[in-house]
Amino acid sequence: MTPFWTLFFKELLRFWKVGIQTVAAPVLTALLYLVIFGHALEGRVQVYDGVRYTSFLVPGLVMMSVLQNAFANSSSSLIQSKITGNIVFILLSPISHLEFFSAYVLASVVRGLVVGAGVLAVTVWFVELRLGAPLWVLAFALLGAALLGALGLIAGICSEKIDQLAAFQNFVIMPLTFLSGVFYSIHSLPDFWQKLSHANPFFYMVDGFRYGFFGASDVPPYASLAVVGVSFLVVSLVSLELLRTGYKLRH
Amino acid sequence: MRALAGVSLAIEQGEFFGLLGPNGAGKTTLINVIAGLARADSGAVSVMGADVLGEYRRARRMLGVVPQELVFDPFFTVRETLRIQSGYFGIRGNDAWIDEVMHHLDLMAKASVNMRALSGGMKRRVLVAQALVHKPPVIVLDEPTAGVDVELRHGLWQFVRRLNREGHTIVLTTHYLEEAELHCNRIAMLKAGRIAALDSTKNLLESFSGLQLRVRLDQERLPQPFPAQVLERDGPLFTLRLSSPGELEAVLARLRESGIGIVELEVQPPDLEEVFLRLTGRQS
Repeated sequence: MTPFWTLFFKELLRFWKVGIQTVAAPVLTALLYLVIFGHALEGRVQVYDGVRYTSFLVPGLVMMSVLQNAFANSSSSLIQSKITGNIVFILLSPISHLEFFSAYVLASVVRGLVVGAGVLAVTVWFVELRLGAPLWVLAFALLGAALLGALGLIAGICSEKIDQLAAFQNFVIMPLTFLSGVFYSIHSLPDFWQKLSHANPFFYMVDGFRYGFFGASDVPPYASLAVVGVSFLVVSLVSLELLRTGYKLRH
Repeated sequence: MRALAGVSLAIEQGEFFGLLGPNGAGKTTLINVIAGLARADSGAVSVMGADVLGEYRRARRMLGVVPQELVFDPFFTVRETLRIQSGYFGIRGNDAWIDEVMHHLDLMAKASVNMRALSGGMKRRVLVAQALVHKPPVIVLDEPTAGVDVELRHGLWQFVRRLNREGHTIVLTTHYLEEAELHCNRIAMLKAGRIAALDSTKNLLESFSGLQLRVRLDQERLPQPFPAQVLERDGPLFTLRLSSPGELEAVLARLRESGIGIVELEVQPPDLEEVFLRLTGRQS
């Protein structure tokens, strides 16, 4: 096995061995959101024409789970390795910064997609959903998960303690995902909040992902894909540079 | 903070090299720089001709490091840990060598046990095994026997000596001076980030070839003048330095003449501890 595949495999094994916590728990959380919000808001919130609220909600929940879990995978794996000190086994080996980056990000993508597929599998029975444009779904899921995986790497590298990482998760990732239009269409928002939502990169991921199901979105999918792609590029370059220089990893 | 300054040394292939010094002398920092875990502000280090920064991949393949802290990955068993470590070095199908290493470190019975469930001594053995999965020509052991039981210490040294005989270069840091004295053929003593001494173990011991004489007298004074150097005094207990066994006769005669009686007497041969203490400054 090459160093890259070993590290990738190790990262998969890590989350798979605690699957209850890393896969089953977020699937259950998403199901609860669907049951509660679906029950409370069905018929009260206007989304796209001819689309029921719960049907609208499901792709949003799937994408939110993909993003949050992709972030959680790389960031928590890295912070745990740093705190327990076993990161040293990777740092002592001839793994390059590019291999390090790719292995962690790819494992995050897998975790995000596994959880996303799990959420879809348990929620799809409650709603009418058709996969209008599966390539868009796949493109946004992959690119969104990769972006959050790379962002998780940065958060894991920069954090020195669990609570610093938790702060990043609670004060950056959570608000951005909740305010990205998972639970509502931004067209229903007042003008000011609508404009502000356009500054949130998470909005484009959710919106583009949803386009793959309904063929309707707040922003054209090509524009969303471009925003997500550029964000991924920027975050990846920052993350790679941190790994190359050994910031907070090699002293 | 400057942890190392002007350290320049070459460790030859096949040596069993000791890196000694008090806490904070810079031993671990030096090892971290060699291993690429820390980056020096200036200077260069190469392992078997490979620069640790410019050719880090080659340098790291040459190097097996046993870190000082008892670190482990709680998600995996012993065998998984060793397979993963092999994979990091691009080695597949390494089970024959993994088995051999586990056998020598008495780890076979623990192969399928999760790392979390191992005792401290066992975890230390796994750390040694992890450093050896890629058969590195240079092995660095940072305090390998700290907190390790006597049985493992014996087995570990036997294995490390065998690796050394087979041509592996060994670099050792230890607080146990007797270990360095027993195994190392050359020693560098670090003090405050600088090399205080660098010589063969034999020469270091010989350059401090004096004997130490501890005597407890029936009085708290020594006659003046006195024919031996006083290293330490604590009430009636004196530690004296003799440059040769012959001086003992003069010391005893001088005490007898002055009417001072001897309650207890002990003569000690030179050891690395004395050299160490002298060089690292507790005594002048």
